[in-house]
Amino acid sequence: MSRIEALDTVTGQLAAMAAGSIDPRALVERCLGRAAAQVELNALITTTAEAARAGAAALAPGGGPLAGVPFAQKDLFCTRGVRTTCGSRMLAEFVAPYDATVAARLDAAGAVSIGKANMDEFAMGSSNENSHFGPVRNPWDRQRVPGGSSGGSAALVAAGVVPFATGSDTGGSVRQPAALCGVVGLKPTYGRVSRYGMVAYASSLDQAGVLAHTAEDCARVLAVIAGADPRDATCSTRALDDYVGSLDAGVRGLRIGVVAEYFGAGVDPAVAQAVRTALQVLERRGAVLIDVRLPSLPLSIPAYYVLAPAEASSNLARYDGVRFGHRCDAPVDLADLYSRSRAEGFGTEVKRRILAGTYVLSAGYYDAYYRRAQRVRRLIADDFSRAFGEVDLLAGPTAPEVAFALGEKASDPLAMYAADVNTVAVNLAGLPAISVPAGFVQGLPVGLQLVGPAFGEARLLCAAHALQLASDWHLQAPGAAA
Amino acid sequence: MALDSATLVHLARLARLSLGAAEREQLGADLDRTLAMIDQLQAISVEGLEPLAQSQPSHTANRVDWVSEQDQSEQLLGLSPAAEGGYFLVPKVIE
Repeated sequence: MSRIEALDTVTGQLAAMAAGSIDPRALVERCLGRAAAQVELNALITTTAEAARAGAAALAPGGGPLAGVPFAQKDLFCTRGVRTTCGSRMLAEFVAPYDATVAARLDAAGAVSIGKANMDEFAMGSSNENSHFGPVRNPWDRQRVPGGSSGGSAALVAAGVVPFATGSDTGGSVRQPAALCGVVGLKPTYGRVSRYGMVAYASSLDQAGVLAHTAEDCARVLAVIAGADPRDATCSTRALDDYVGSLDAGVRGLRIGVVAEYFGAGVDPAVAQAVRTALQVLERRGAVLIDVRLPSLPLSIPAYYVLAPAEASSNLARYDGVRFGHRCDAPVDLADLYSRSRAEGFGTEVKRRILAGTYVLSAGYYDAYYRRAQRVRRLIADDFSRAFGEVDLLAGPTAPEVAFALGEKASDPLAMYAADVNTVAVNLAGLPAISVPAGFVQGLPVGLQLVGPAFGEARLLCAAHALQLASDWHLQAPGAAA
Repeated sequence: MALDSATLVHLARLARLSLGAAEREQLGADLDRTLAMIDQLQAISVEGLEPLAQSQPSHTANRVDWVSEQDQSEQLLGLSPAAEGGYFLVPKVIE
């Protein structure tokens, strides 16, 4: 195991540029060199080397809060002039004529994109094996998955290619890959970050997030991408907290609810033990650990697999072979054009979810499945509300196990869905959560998940920062590039 | 519950997905297992619970009535796999 360097972090890069010891052009070259050395990870779908060099050359350090910091953009954020594939054959050649709000804000802050990160197709998956562009490999063990759907983003940060990457989280797609790759993954409150230009999967659950080595770096990026956007009516107009300025508030007296259901059946006892050890680190720094229950949590996977596919089947109806995306050859009529374009453009998991969503929304089943799942969603959200009456944050393992082998769950969708057993409830309730490195099991990273009340990002980041000040799990890096 | 072949054909038609027999069989088996899993929800009492569609309170957003977007029809048509003369092309619909 090696250790990350200061120059692998956003904060370290900004400090080095401020001190004049490196400039944006050199940082971009460092990134591109590392991306080339790690090409076997298959973590980038599109590398924009020339645009990155030009962008860095045009900047002066200090030109924005992230001026000169290179990063990778998950390939579901639309980027003007650079293709946005969403990991799908359907959008393999799609070049958006506009930037997503997240992309525009990072650009305005001076961050320099080096390319578009690989992902599960349409963000549907927990292993990054569902990408049309091939699976991403975990830098800690290349025979294992990086998690998903933001697997490319997590692998790029873990491998030291970029100091941060964007992600999106509909059921755990930022936090689970962050846990499996040993980096920090922040999923903000629903509506904290604009979804404009982020390819839609399940619109009531989707939220953009950040992956980086430290909570401090996540705070710096969140401060740039969060905030009201007139182009997304679901984006909150609530004022932003000072995410960076409140990092050092500490955890003395902070009440952390240790959620019994997060340690339930299916969670590897060694992972559970690592997470308990990490929580004891916070306890030694003054946090108070309190046992709490979220009794409806076990219903979150079945509720999610009604609601998310229902929304997906509706959102993905737009891919019709007419206006953009893949179109089949020589359609004989309109129905043939739609049906064959979609069958050719979508992969198996996307078809699974479209069919499931179509089923639960179809006549005769809507009330039995969809409305019932929405009521169970209320039950789950109420559980969280009650818990936050007693504690400030909730905690448990992010994922039930460490990174699994490539192919291990690929043919068993239900086993794959269970990888998100501890993450999906947060999306159903719209809450912010963060995964922080919390040790290793058999040499593979473990993540601690902290969940906050709505718009509690500052509190989450502060607690994660406190843990990182008192531990060095996040400083471990995968062995030298193979 | 096992989905019969006719139901799967109907679903695939509703979803506008052209599926071959083997793929339909596989996806049907997967859907069967998924439905068995989500059937856990049937055992839960949901009496008196309001359905939750959006986790955060939503509001109707109003904005000033001014033109914010320029005419981008050429750019948008340029994204289409088949466009001509300012129109998207589709197979003949009206006989």
